[in-house]
Amino acid sequence: MSKLTPVLSANWDEKDSFTIAGYKRNGGYKAVEKALAMEPDAVIQSVKDSGLRGRGGAGFPTGMKWGFIPQGDNKEHYFVVNADESEPGTCKDTPLMMANPHVLIEGIIIGSYAIRANHAFIYIRGEVAHVIRRVQQAIEDAYKAGYLGKNILGKGFDLELILHVGAGAYICGEETALLDSLEGFRGQPRLRPPFPAIAGLYARPTIVNNVETVASVPSIIANGPEWFAAIGTEKSKGYTLYSLSGHVNNPGQFEAPLGITLRELLELAGGIRNGHKLKFWTPGGSSTPLFTDAHLDTPLDYEGVSAAGSMLGTKALQIFDETTCIVRAVLRWTEFYKHESCGKCTPCREGTWWLVQILKDLEHGKGTAEDLDKLLDLCDNIMGRSFCALADGAASPIISSIRYFKDEYLQHLAIGGCPFDSVASTIFATSPAGGAK
Amino acid sequence: MPFTNEDFTVIDSIINRYPRKRSAIMPLLHFAQARDGYVTNESIETIAEKLDLETAEVIAVVSFYTQYKREPVGEYHVGVCINTLCAVMGGDAIYEGLKEHLGIENNCATKDGKVSLERIECNAACDYAPVVMANWEFYDNQTVQSAKDLVDAIRSGNPPAPTRGPDKLPTWRENSAVLAGISDGRAGEGVSAGEPSLLGLKLSKEGK
Repeated sequence: MSKLTPVLSANWDEKDSFTIAGYKRNGGYKAVEKALAMEPDAVIQSVKDSGLRGRGGAGFPTGMKWGFIPQGDNKEHYFVVNADESEPGTCKDTPLMMANPHVLIEGIIIGSYAIRANHAFIYIRGEVAHVIRRVQQAIEDAYKAGYLGKNILGKGFDLELILHVGAGAYICGEETALLDSLEGFRGQPRLRPPFPAIAGLYARPTIVNNVETVASVPSIIANGPEWFAAIGTEKSKGYTLYSLSGHVNNPGQFEAPLGITLRELLELAGGIRNGHKLKFWTPGGSSTPLFTDAHLDTPLDYEGVSAAGSMLGTKALQIFDETTCIVRAVLRWTEFYKHESCGKCTPCREGTWWLVQILKDLEHGKGTAEDLDKLLDLCDNIMGRSFCALADGAASPIISSIRYFKDEYLQHLAIGGCPFDSVASTIFATSPAGGAK
Repeated sequence: MPFTNEDFTVIDSIINRYPRKRSAIMPLLHFAQARDGYVTNESIETIAEKLDLETAEVIAVVSFYTQYKREPVGEYHVGVCINTLCAVMGGDAIYEGLKEHLGIENNCATKDGKVSLERIECNAACDYAPVVMANWEFYDNQTVQSAKDLVDAIRSGNPPAPTRGPDKLPTWRENSAVLAGISDGRAGEGVSAGEPSLLGLKLSKEGK
């Protein structure tokens, strides 16, 4: 039996999977009929019972989050989808929205109904024009079919859904920065509490959920929470999209039960590229501490990855083989965090700047072994000292790479430069040895 | 170029999407780029006026987001992903190759105004690395040569279709309109998904 459980991706190989006809042919929009016949609180209870947790990185229980929205408060409520997929290595929501935007819209209708919101937004990053087209068209078609707008399916529920396109800022994937951006400001994180469930968009109760999380809801309503809870592990329920990229023979998307291991996924991806071996990998994007070949059998669920010292994050498994220089990789990620720091908090704004300076020197074989201590000390002064987790993410690859590859940093200093040939790690390197010069 | 009545009709329709008008600032800036190719001072003043903001408040937003340009970019804006994974897989070599081939620096355009070049961050297509974007359309699994061929084809007026996108590569201004939420009716073009996106599904159907 296959280890894989395609649900969200089940129809992606159909030519018209992104159309309303293609979606309905496979049972689409049946869950919303069922949900709108239920009490909103019963919908929240179903999502709670399913054990669904956030798929955008933090893994917070979705039903519990929905339950935080105050009811009977006579305020507008908002349902916001975080489609600002920008965490390095993360590439699941983008193909999902390109191939199956209607499953997201159906999830939004159900979620908005549950938390009694009459306005919903999809905040999508601006660098994916064709995905924007597909989602925009899907919204228009859902309006025409009566799934959006006034008196949906004759049940007296109204919902306006607006696609909001970002403009190139990683930080807007952080939920409170996203809300500031959606309100028309620079996207900078807010101090919490209050959390968005109490004071979110326009200071009103707001849910912010990741695309994959929301898209998982129709399957829970259609098949029942027990069905979902039977998949996965004890505390990490359900199926999810794992994205394998980098030095594997066949990179791609693999929808599998939570708890699958990298060893199993690598087998599906045809293994590490021929003639090479695994060196390091990220379990959930660049903000999650690095793993090595010692973690091949770590269950990729929230608890398993956390127990091994990292985070499940977005399940973005970026795989690097032995041709890759760890210092070069970490420097580049650090340059990214420096570039994307919004500048609001000093430890992040100044700290990432210093991290880049030191790492640049190290990559070029300049500096001393004490610089490694300085890096760790800086990380210690950056982590947990800002409004949001961007700076924590910046520290993750540095701390974990020094833990596992300290000798490689020192080797740079010993020979006064980088010992690696960058050509060898490219996909155009053809010889079995990786095309070494 | 003064704003026309048609422009103001679009502007009002964008503002009317939102419960509060300040939220319209981002799509209005995308629309400004669809109109002029970049965000002009005139656009900033017009948007400020429409949203009851100071021009400084609009500039604060423009300068925060890298997709808003204060100077003209090429008719085809080419982005090379240089985040770690793409860089290692060949993105660094592609960027260097294009820079040399076009004779331009980061965030600059060729003299004919056809192509501009930008080092971009992760574009959520890592299973298609190395990735090049043109006007925010995907060109997957690139090499130094294929990227040079792409910009050459663009400059000779014959760009190939994106790997996962519309049948014909839109111009920068055309796609800026899409980002402003103005439909070009091309959502139905192109594949549902590329091969890497379908790999897990395919293997599961084979019972693996």
